[in-house]
Amino acid sequence: MPKLPAPPLPKVLKPLPKRPGENGDTMTPGQTAAEGGIHVVDWLDERTSLSGGIRWLLFRKVPKGINWFYTLGSATMFAFLNQAVTGVFLAMFYRPDVTGGAYESIRYITDDAFLGQLVRSMHKWGASVMIILIFLHMARVFFFGAYKYPRELTWIIGVVLLILTLAMGFTGYLLPFDQRSYWATIVGVNINGTGPFIGPYLSDFLRAGPEFGATTLSRFYAIHMMLIPGLIAALIGAHLYLITKLGISAPPWMKAEEEPELREAEI
Amino acid sequence: MPGAFEGETVTRRGFMNVVTQGSGLVAAAAFTLPALGFALGPLFSRVPFDWQVIGAPNDFTKTTYATKVLTIVQGIGEAGYSIAYVRARDPSIDVEPVDEYNHWVALSSRCMHLGCPVRFVAAAQRFICPCHGGVYDFRGMVAGGPPVRPLDRFYTRLNKATGLVEIGPRYSVNSELHRFSPRDPGQPLDGIGQYLYPARFDTSSGPAGHP
Repeated sequence: MPKLPAPPLPKVLKPLPKRPGENGDTMTPGQTAAEGGIHVVDWLDERTSLSGGIRWLLFRKVPKGINWFYTLGSATMFAFLNQAVTGVFLAMFYRPDVTGGAYESIRYITDDAFLGQLVRSMHKWGASVMIILIFLHMARVFFFGAYKYPRELTWIIGVVLLILTLAMGFTGYLLPFDQRSYWATIVGVNINGTGPFIGPYLSDFLRAGPEFGATTLSRFYAIHMMLIPGLIAALIGAHLYLITKLGISAPPWMKAEEEPELREAEI
Repeated sequence: MPGAFEGETVTRRGFMNVVTQGSGLVAAAAFTLPALGFALGPLFSRVPFDWQVIGAPNDFTKTTYATKVLTIVQGIGEAGYSIAYVRARDPSIDVEPVDEYNHWVALSSRCMHLGCPVRFVAAAQRFICPCHGGVYDFRGMVAGGPPVRPLDRFYTRLNKATGLVEIGPRYSVNSELHRFSPRDPGQPLDGIGQYLYPARFDTSSGPAGHP
């Protein structure tokens, strides 16, 4: 197998050449462990060629002039990962039971469970942070003109991600099942119902019936923790693929550098 | 037509394409369609409604509303309750045609803007919504704010066997108190509204001959 060139590692991480007079047979335990690690990575890479993909993803050329505004997309993704991780563990304690179990399980998480208040707050406040970051990220892309050719599809996928995230906020708001979430959901479902022609059927679909019923909460829970997160994860993958494939756009105030040869040819 | 032998109308490659893609489609439909039907089923199953006793005829006056809690969804505790404001029909103000189902006027407490619960304020003789400032007059007609139609009503009847007043399914009304099958809040029923917001399949139907 031909070896790919090593990524630009800092000097301290590069293997040291052997000292003169040292024979290769005696190795310290540390060297043996490092050798073993290299063998494991090589074994995986020989079978998957993943290192090429990782290098394609991470060791990209970026244009001059990029700045902190360009980190808002990653920030949004980390907010999503925070929601995913805390959400999975909240699901271990939550019960979507309309007759009082849902409220009681949230009360248990908040008041009794070890670190429950912290994890629930991370999920609750993280939701708002994610929405804010999405809008900041969208504003950056809009005002820098980064949505233009050839990045239109990245923008469209981003808009779908925005809508899915708002749907996450809507479905998640019901789950604590207190007065606020109940009435907010009634109002939100009725807003959906004001769409002409399909509105009445859309609100019936959301409630699973003509009234807020026994399965409305579990329906919202299933949409909130299975349907939409899967879609969001898949679309984030597509979004990242397009970003890597197309590269990052330069800020609008950067001028393209002319090739000196072209300037001479003009003269 | 190209083929392996004389008279062949479908190539082997084409046949294999149709068979593999077709069977893949059938397999995908075999789990997608039942799952979709399962999720959409509640839209099409009609919810029954039982007549519920709310009191004796003398419990209700013409001049003020009595607050009655009724169960609109069984088995889910407090989330299934709804409130009806009930009074006796007053022929001097209730000009809509009388029949056996409106000797007692029963108004639903849900605001016709977006569904918050309205409260009857006796001093003002008005229904007031806490969410976005919807106001209704004593008859439940819109007096101000964003609501798009008068408060929904319930059918009421006198059970002749027991002599008690009973409350039945909900119905919606337009600004002339013409009856429609129950609609969600926020959906106007005047003019073009009744065509933009069609009746649904899953709402409990009124007494025979009524929406």
